[in-house]
Parts: sequence; structure tokens; C-alpha cells
Amino acid sequence: MPLVNGGKIVDDSFVKLAVDTPLPESGDILVPAERFLGEADALLKRAGKVGVIWPNSRDISELVPYLGKLAVVALVFPTFRDGRAYSQARLLRERYNYRGELRATGQVLRDQFVFMLRAGFDAFDVKKQADAEAFMQTAKRYSVFYQPTGDGRITALHRRMQLRHSEGVGT
Amino acid sequence: MYAYDEIDRTLVNERVSEFRDQVKRRLSGELNEDEFKMLRLQNGVYLQLHAYMFRVAIPYGTLATNQLRALAHVARKYDRGYGHFTTRQNIQFNWIKLAELPDALADLAEVGIHAMQTSGNNMRNVTSDQWAGVAPGEIEDPRIWSELIRQHTTLHPEFSFLPRKFKIAITASDHDRAAIRIHDIGLRLIKNEKGETGFEVLVGGGLGRTPFIAKTIKHFVHGRDILSYIEAILRVYNQYGRRDNIYKARIKILVHELGIEKFSREVEDEWQHIRNSSLQIDDEVIEDIRSRFTYPAYEKLPHMPDELRQAAADPDFEAWRKNSVAPHKVQGYSIVTVSLKPTGGPPGDATAEQMDALADLADKYSFSEIRVGHEQNLALPHVAKRDLPALWKALDRLGLATPNVNLITDIIACPGLDYCSLANARSIPIAQELTRRFANHELANLIGRLHINISGCINACGHHHVGHIGILGVEKNGEEVYQITIGGRADENAALGTLIGPGVKFDEVADVIEDVVEAYLALRERPEELFMDTVKRLGVEPFKERVYATR
Repeated sequence: MPLVNGGKIVDDSFVKLAVDTPLPESGDILVPAERFLGEADALLKRAGKVGVIWPNSRDISELVPYLGKLAVVALVFPTFRDGRAYSQARLLRERYNYRGELRATGQVLRDQFVFMLRAGFDAFDVKKQADAEAFMQTAKRYSVFYQPTGDGRITALHRRMQLRHSEGVGT
Repeated sequence: MYAYDEIDRTLVNERVSEFRDQVKRRLSGELNEDEFKMLRLQNGVYLQLHAYMFRVAIPYGTLATNQLRALAHVARKYDRGYGHFTTRQNIQFNWIKLAELPDALADLAEVGIHAMQTSGNNMRNVTSDQWAGVAPGEIEDPRIWSELIRQHTTLHPEFSFLPRKFKIAITASDHDRAAIRIHDIGLRLIKNEKGETGFEVLVGGGLGRTPFIAKTIKHFVHGRDILSYIEAILRVYNQYGRRDNIYKARIKILVHELGIEKFSREVEDEWQHIRNSSLQIDDEVIEDIRSRFTYPAYEKLPHMPDELRQAAADPDFEAWRKNSVAPHKVQGYSIVTVSLKPTGGPPGDATAEQMDALADLADKYSFSEIRVGHEQNLALPHVAKRDLPALWKALDRLGLATPNVNLITDIIACPGLDYCSLANARSIPIAQELTRRFANHELANLIGRLHINISGCINACGHHHVGHIGILGVEKNGEEVYQITIGGRADENAALGTLIGPGVKFDEVADVIEDVVEAYLALRERPEELFMDTVKRLGVEPFKERVYATR
């Protein structure tokens, strides 16, 4: 699956480990939640960056003590219909101030990019090559946003306020 | 009326262009049906029994005349010349071609109408009282808050893939015309002791396979906090709502399984984290939305004009006036309900010609505004009383003046087996037969207020659980069988009906309903005792006896 990061298709430096795959000497690794919680100290001590794959059914607050040390948090969309990871993403970004890479994995299609970007994702394991190639175009599809989220985009309500105040100058 | 500005119009246009691209990818095979299904549902497009069905949102039931004409245009150009108004302030078109849908949406976008989130597992069209802003005695116009919530829930990045659909309804009157107690979230606009505007919040109502009346989760949420409170409820639901079983995925099941106390604690916890965030609404924002609702320049008119006095001599006019004309908050004006329930017709259908003609009448007599109610009727919200006789004549010529609003033939019915791929039984033919049986206005009037609701399957789009008489069609051994309930209601005293006995066959339904009505007429203590009061006083037993003693 192509990885989109920073708006471009990039090589993924992270190797995904299963629960029982032997730990490689070096290099960046992505580890399932259970294994990460079991071996966190050892994993974080070794050379190379560490990321965790967090299932959408597990309380994201368990991850809070490690957030400063993680390079990637990968949240899972087992199907594109299952939107639990959107809530987890916003909690990580807006409540727990996680600033590392937030990666969407699983059934990731171009039609979800805008929602995912707004929820705080910045990296995307995209299912289809064509969708990955269409990323920039698709991500810019909307210019109007009604809800405030942690992505800092100005909402329609506040844009109207700004317009009203600028029109009000001198009257 | 609410005026969309450039910002709203831009979003609607961006949505149309996105959907055009999605349809193109579906037609080229780039998207498979499973992937496309979710996308088309979010744009109100269902694949029904015979064709694609297209559902258009009418937020809080308010339409301008140019918008109604645009709906007529869609009916004429892309469909078979009619549309069907539903119980959720939507209109559905039944015979639309997939390849033409983006054009239909683009035509609607020109007048600020869209189909966003009229289906799918997201927050649906926000509904409200169809008499909002004109009903006497309301706290304030609930559409200001409906519009605030409509905006907030449109393309919400966190809640567009919920466990199931999610419906919010708002009322601001003591008499609930928005059926808030059968919605996922029901909001009742109130003032606290300091005179501040806020909401009683109810949660977990809904019909379908497992019907529940909503429970109060909080007695007062200040208006400034309403978005954060809704967001807290949705976030708890998104994370903990069941996704393993579609029948148990609605929030009503989560509320029921956790209990309202535990559920409200979860929501309260979440709310404390976010209530002082950018979700807090300041007065300026509300004032901005309020300023974009325009109200008619009403004239100073007499309470009882000569025209009305003279017309009162005509019994046909009086019959219509008594059940179709309601008091208005401004002296000299009335709210007129336009019945879409002609004898022998499918409830809620309107032809393109009727829609165009009604738009003309609304321009002439109702400050260019039309309302859509959950009872599948339309309304003209600002009619000067002196114009009532002329309006009645014009409506009558269009077949829109059947004098049956709130009477036994003002039936709510889902499309049933004739259109819907989920249905197990026919609904429309049952409704048609009942309107013929009770076509005699004298008899209907003698019976008084009585709501019949019909659903062609357990999903309850016809709200049969809350009909004074509810009729549910099911399939049993390859045959349509109808279960009859009595005593349901969807208003401020909402209740679920009680089953009166075994199901009856298609051909027997109208006879059984006649039996129930005859039993009521015989049992009532005086003519003013309504059907619901008799059922409340006596329970189902005497009705059951009357229906099944001879069957």
C-alpha cells in the first residue's frame, strides 16, 4: 500500500512487526499495541524509531505516557465504514497534544482524506495507488468547514464574523 | 426564511463536484459497489426495488418558493413528474438515473438545496416544528438553533462514519410537532429561571425493531454549550456504540444497555473536557444566524375580516377551515396546512404541477414560504385571514384542499413494498383503501382527531408504533400480514402503541380498522372524548374483543 506523507507518496521507513516477529537489530519499527505495551521499555531503548499500531477498540488514553517517545501512531480503519479512529485521532491531537506522525491504516480511500486531515491525520497508508496519486487534488476539494477541530482551519461561523467585522470598519 | 450566503453556497457546490467525480469513478468501475454505496448514501442515493431513489433534505422543513420550483423541476426533468414527502422533512424521487444525479444535484444547488447526509451512518437532516417561527407561544424560533446544528453536523470530520444513522429534532413549543421523543437526540428549547435560553436534552428515542421513547439526559444545557454537549454525546456513541450487529447499533441500544445514569456520566465526563473549547457559541454567532432569517413584513389586520365572515356560510369552506387553518402568532394571519392526502391517493405525493402551482400560491398568499411537516403534509405559514377563501378555492382546484388534516384519512405511510427494497408488505394500497372507506367527511369529523400510521416493515418509516392506530405489515409464510397497535402517539406525551392481537390479512385490514373505530364510537363517553382518551381510559381489551370476537 502506498504511503502518503506531507502530501506526497513516500517510501515507508517503518517495518511492521507482528506480535511474534523477532526484533530486528536496527531500523524503524511499527509494533502492535499489545506487544508495545508489553515491551515498551526495551523497544524504546533500541536504536531506530518506534511506532505503534493502535486498534480502534482500545482506549487511547493508555498510550498517553508514551506519546512523547513515539514517532508514529497508526490508527486502524478495519473498514471505511468504521469511524472510531476519527475520535481517537482528535483525542490524540486535541486533548493529549500528540505531535508525532498520525497515520491512517486499513481501508483508506481518497473519499476519506478530507475527514482524516481534519481529524488530525498527516500520513496515510492508502489502499489504491490511484487514490494515493490523487491525494493533493482530493485534499483540496473543500474550502469551507463548519466545525472547529484541532486542524486550525477557520470555520464558516468565524469567517462570517471576520467578514462582518471588516465590513463594519468605518461605518 | 434563512438565506444561504456565499460560504454555504461554496460548500454545497464543492459537494456536488465531489459527488460528480464519485459517480464517474463508479460508472468507470474504479469504485466497486461496496465502496460506492457508502458515498452515494451520504448523498441521499439509495438503490431501491426498481431504480435509484434520491432523497433531498429540507432542513427544519422550510422551503422558499424558488426551492419548491426547483424540486418540481427535478421531478419533471429527471423523474416521472412527482415527488414523495417523507416523515423526516425530506422529499424522495423514485425513478432517477445514476448518471443524471450529479446534474440534478447541481440544479438544486443553484437554489441552496442539497442531499447531504439524507442517508448513511451519519448525522441526518435536522428536523423541527413545521410551524416554527409562526406558532403562538413558542420560546423562540427553533430554526435558529436548528440551523446552527445543521451547519455543525454537515460533513463533520469525526462523525461521518457512525455505528448507525443519527437523527436530531428540535421543538420550541409546549405542543411537540417535531416528535422529539422518537429521535436519537431530542431538544426542547426552554428558558431557565434567569431567563437564559437553553435546552432540555433527550436521548435514545427511536422506532424500528426495538422502539424506545427518549429519556431526559439533562434538564438544562445552556444555548452556548449545546454544540459541545451534542459533540460529547456523539463521541461517546461513536466509540462505544455497537458495530457488531446492525440491529443493535443505534444509540437507543447503547443508552438502554448502559442505563441512562451511566450513559449520562460518560457524556458528562467527555463534556467537561470540551465544553470550554472553541465549540462554545457566543451570542454574536447566534445573532449572526438570527440575522439571516428574514420574517415577513406583516400588515396590521383585523382579527375577523369580512371575507372570512362571508365565506363562513359555505359549509365546504368551513369544513376545510376547521381542520386546515391554525392560529398564527400575528393577529389577522393563519397557518394553513395543505393536505397531501387526497381520497385514494398515496400519502405525501405531490406532482410537479402541484408543486409549481403551490409555489405560485405561496408567492401570492404566504410571503413566498412553504413548510414541510413530518405528517407528510405541506403548510403555508403566513396567510392573511382575508385571503383564506380565495386560497381555499385555488387549493381545491389543485386537489390540495382535502378537508382531512388530523382526521382518520390524514394517514402517515411509508412507501412499502411498491417502492422499497426493505419492505415486506404493501403500505400505500392499505392507506388508499382506508381513505376511500372513510371518505365521508361527516363520519370522519364525527370520529375526530385520529392518526393512522402504516409501515411496510419493522424499520418503521411510517412510525406505526406512535400512531393512534398503528399498522405494521410483515411477511408470514409468503403472505402479507398486518399487526394492529393502538394508543401510540408522537407528541409531548409520546407513547408506544399496544398490540391488540394476532396479525390480519391484507384484505381484512380496512374491515378491522372499521371495527376499531366502531368500537371507539360505541365506547366513548361523550363526543369530545377522543380516540386516544378512550384507549387510555379502557385499555386495549374492549377493542380486541370487538375485532377478534367474530374472526
